[in-house]
Amino acid sequence: MKKKDLAALLMAGAMCFGLLAGCSNSGDKASGAPASDAGAQESAPGGSQGSGDAVTIKVGGIGPITGDAAQYGTATQWGAEIAVDEINALNGPVKLEFRYEDDTNVADTAVSAYNALKDWAKDAPLVIYGTTTTAPCVAVSAETFNDRYFQLTPSASSPDVVAGKDNVFQMCFTDPYLGTAGAEYLNSKGLGTKYGIIYNNGDPYSTGIAEAFITKAGELGMELVATQTYPDDKTTDYTVQLNACKDAGADVVFLPIYYTPASLILAQAKQMSYAPLFIGGDGMDGMLDMEGFDKSLAEGLLLMTPFSAGAEDERTQSFVKKYQEAHGILPNQFAADGYDCMYAIYEACCELEGLEGMDSAALCDALSAKFGGGEFSVDGLTGKGMTWKDTGEIDKSPLIFKVENGAYVDAQ
Amino acid sequence: MSFLNNAITGVSLGSIYAIIALGYTMVYGIAKMLNFAHGDVIMVGAYVCFLAMGSLGLPPLAGVLLAVVVCTALGIAIERLAYKPLRSAPSLAVLITAIGVSYLLQNSAQLLWGADTKTFTPIVGTDQESRLWLVPGQLSISYVAILSVVCCVVVMIALALFTGRTKMGKAMRACSEDKGAAQLMGIDVNTTISVTFAIGSALAAIAGVLMCSAYPVLSPTTGSLPGIRAFTAAVFGGIGSIPGALLGGILLGVIETFAKAYISTDLSDAVVFAVLIIVLLVRPAGLMGKYVPEKV
Repeated sequence: MKKKDLAALLMAGAMCFGLLAGCSNSGDKASGAPASDAGAQESAPGGSQGSGDAVTIKVGGIGPITGDAAQYGTATQWGAEIAVDEINALNGPVKLEFRYEDDTNVADTAVSAYNALKDWAKDAPLVIYGTTTTAPCVAVSAETFNDRYFQLTPSASSPDVVAGKDNVFQMCFTDPYLGTAGAEYLNSKGLGTKYGIIYNNGDPYSTGIAEAFITKAGELGMELVATQTYPDDKTTDYTVQLNACKDAGADVVFLPIYYTPASLILAQAKQMSYAPLFIGGDGMDGMLDMEGFDKSLAEGLLLMTPFSAGAEDERTQSFVKKYQEAHGILPNQFAADGYDCMYAIYEACCELEGLEGMDSAALCDALSAKFGGGEFSVDGLTGKGMTWKDTGEIDKSPLIFKVENGAYVDAQ
Repeated sequence: MSFLNNAITGVSLGSIYAIIALGYTMVYGIAKMLNFAHGDVIMVGAYVCFLAMGSLGLPPLAGVLLAVVVCTALGIAIERLAYKPLRSAPSLAVLITAIGVSYLLQNSAQLLWGADTKTFTPIVGTDQESRLWLVPGQLSISYVAILSVVCCVVVMIALALFTGRTKMGKAMRACSEDKGAAQLMGIDVNTTISVTFAIGSALAAIAGVLMCSAYPVLSPTTGSLPGIRAFTAAVFGGIGSIPGALLGGILLGVIETFAKAYISTDLSDAVVFAVLIIVLLVRPAGLMGKYVPEKV
């Protein structure tokens, strides 16, 4: 009996440890940002001590850092953390305090995470950063709209995220924009004669791009010979879909999907000796950095993405270096969007009049007016002079890269 | 020709479901519990093999053996720590514990190895040369598919012989029928169940390596969906029945592939589960399961 209890206790202990360890991910990282809000808050009412005292803004991030979308959430978290550390080291008029909560890519967990962040930010104005994925973001943005918190998402790209909400803005392209741009690019370059498309119809990101692509291709008179779908990104066998494209004679196959399924599609296409031109969206970025990935599979692949870790400019290089030192992998587009989000929030706050003493709702109104006004622009890793429309959508153009010898080459 | 190609795809996908289903059905048949953590043991097996081949530079066979050893130990540890204390608890408690263990394994894997997807290095080649060409240029079978079908059949026969012919096998069948009575007959029920878990987990390791060789992506949630599919296959074939798991797995793979090819890629899952429902309506114990009416 004693032994039994002990074993049960051990197991329970092990499980608790697992839980704690999972949580500490966010806890530890959050405390990486200097916790200077107490001082800033006390001095705020005085207000006469000049610019030496920074105003602290709390930035509450939400995204999946466990579960099957964890690679995207951790990327947006880590990218933002690097920016927060840089910003706080600037000693500017605004300091950011960062905390990241896990939503496991589930909408109701995301709303709980949002409520936890509201509790955390009782003593300082809060800005919501996230969420990473579309479905949870739609749920959270409905809440922030009612509660009046400013929200900036790095990567939730559906128009539903921002539709009808003046307080929600996107750092990534909307899905239809990417689909339209893809069709226009292929048409204007005269690439291919018959087109195929394989997309995940269980995912709003993939479906959004695909539908816009299909519409635009129809308008431009492009011959779409195969439209294939699969139900979720855990699907492993794509031979049926590829066979359909091959049998229909498609010489260009559009893959508006994430890189994990795309890597399987490329491998399976090679196995069946089918070599059309593959073109993908920003979700495809990161494939070349998968551990163990055979880069020759991606040779000739085209992708539309706002960010390339191989870019030569100093700021990208410094970001890539810091990211690699901290986490041992190359940053992808999600990380870069996260980094840009922090600078956008910081620069907008710096330009606001009367920031001191603002509560979350006042800050929400001020920032929404700033972002939606069309005048405010930010330079970041994912674009120069990025501005926003009053709908919340961003205005920046995708870069088009081609994979050559295992690296991105400009194919604009 | 495309019909034959689809049939080959279906059988090779099905043989992977079957080999996972064999582990499921073994544990269910003997311990009478649904080990939902089985899919995650598969994932651990694949990671161990991946790291052994990648970081330690071991040859593929050594990688597979190491994965089998690690998973066997893991299976026994899980059984001892999580399930054994609940031997007399209601079966619902064990089921929930199994789900808990599944999450524990997934999250531990993420902490240890990170959330990013890795590309598995197949244990046999997957390029153009590593295929058996039946009709040159048109119809071929990859070596991985042949290997998984062969493994699957060998494992099924070995398991059937083991449970039918050996003393331990007899003890397992006795435990399966009535744990209490088996104990009264002098059978060490705890050891028997531990051995069952050891075998089930060793099979999971092999399944993990084969699955990731055929579909070379690896992440902490890699095991969960195939685990559920294989569970479906085991129920389809008759849970508890060893040949049933093989039949159920292959049929599931073939139906899924044909549904995708000839009905709709959108509806393939719906078709698979509709077939499952019809089979269970006609044969409530599955295709090869024993249906024992309850006497009142």
